Amino acid sequence: MVKLPEAEKLCEQLAAELRPKLGPKSAMIGLYTGGAWLAERLHSLLAMQEPLGLMDIAFYRDDYHQQGLHHDPKRTKIPFDVSGREILLVDDVLYTGRTVRAAMNELFDYGRPASISPVAGASCRSARSIAALASTFPPACACA
Amino acid sequence: MQRNPQLNQAGELQHLLSIEGLPREILTQILDTAESFAGVTEREVKKVPLLRGKSVFNLFFEPSTRTRTTFEIAAKRLSADVINLNIAVSSQSKGESLLDTVANLSAMHADIFVVRHGSSGAPFLIARHVKPHEHVINAGDGRHAHPTQGLLDLFTIRHYKKDFSRLTVAIVGDVLHSRVARSLIHGLTTLGAPEVRVIGPQTLLPAGVEALGVKVFHDMREGLRDCDVVVMLRLQSERMKGALLPSAQEYFKNYGLTLDKLSLARKDAIVMHPGPMNRGVEIDSSVADGPHSVILPQVTFGIAVRMAVMSIVAGN
Repeated sequence: MVKLPEAEKLCEQLAAELRPKLGPKSAMIGLYTGGAWLAERLHSLLAMQEPLGLMDIAFYRDDYHQQGLHHDPKRTKIPFDVSGREILLVDDVLYTGRTVRAAMNELFDYGRPASISPVAGASCRSARSIAALASTFPPACACA
Repeated sequence: MQRNPQLNQAGELQHLLSIEGLPREILTQILDTAESFAGVTEREVKKVPLLRGKSVFNLFFEPSTRTRTTFEIAAKRLSADVINLNIAVSSQSKGESLLDTVANLSAMHADIFVVRHGSSGAPFLIARHVKPHEHVINAGDGRHAHPTQGLLDLFTIRHYKKDFSRLTVAIVGDVLHSRVARSLIHGLTTLGAPEVRVIGPQTLLPAGVEALGVKVFHDMREGLRDCDVVVMLRLQSERMKGALLPSAQEYFKNYGLTLDKLSLARKDAIVMHPGPMNRGVEIDSSVADGPHSVILPQVTFGIAVRMAVMSIVAGN
């Protein structure tokens, strides 16, 4: 039986990886639903100054014409001005990059961030189980 | 058993024709989705890309300013292309049938028809004849239904009162001719509001209205007692001519909402009106412009609710 890594330990490792890269312009946004939980933990572990933003990308998904509107979309809440910010975009899993792309499209309707760095608890493509920091930081990522 | 004409085979909303017959889950889905769209309408960029490339045809066979405009804004905020048809000067006045008009618009690759019509059931007729990828939204048909107005009323009530399960709601005035009242009553009973009252003179209440699950009051003061929500209906001036009512002054005395009458409702009661309102006939200006009034927020919420309805039906 495969032993799953402990979630709390994963969060601490991810936080340790992110900590040295944070600056005065850093701010965090979690993506509903899985990323919201992870972002809340990371935001607290990193004791970030700006309040946490939460985003639901239901209105920006590229599969709307096949799947229709997702049920029960949550209201996106970004309690800070994103312009000029270095945004950490947190999701639970990084797979095809479609979610991140949709999130970036939504984010740009709120303002013009200095950079966007996707952060994920796991990356399915590389089969890594922890700490996928998908971009350099800064500049803005190319979420391939 | 005949299938609900609003739902597809998977039980999802394909057309919005009437609140009557819609399950609670779908009403809740629309209200929840509208809540998220309300966030979009507060942003600086009030647009999302969901209906990019889709065409929405506003078919208004009856005049309307508020409903048509809010549908247009909602469709534009969803990135759809909107075409407004002024039916009074179009082919219908040259004798074209309703279904021929729709078939021609369908040939222009319509995706959503927003229909207001003086005859009850017209949107149902259109929905039965459109192609599978086309969707019909009823924007008011005859005396029958006005589902998006009913939904925005429900959204407004939930916004201010959070929960339907302990509410007493009074609907006051010309219930007989009101498609808004009918839609709202169905919505409130489906979502579990325990007490819905209708208040009005006998001549303006439909016979057997109790069968909809409402309590009837002819004395407005008695009916308003301890209400959480007061919904005023527009008194159409043409009703005066039909001998249904003696005069506007007499009506205002008995059924016009004044601060004095409103004081019988709960202290935190909200006052709603679907518009357009007749000040001094069904509502006094001191109430319409007062702290209990949520009449203008209703209009704003209407955009988010119509965005929710269009994006749900077009995706199913």
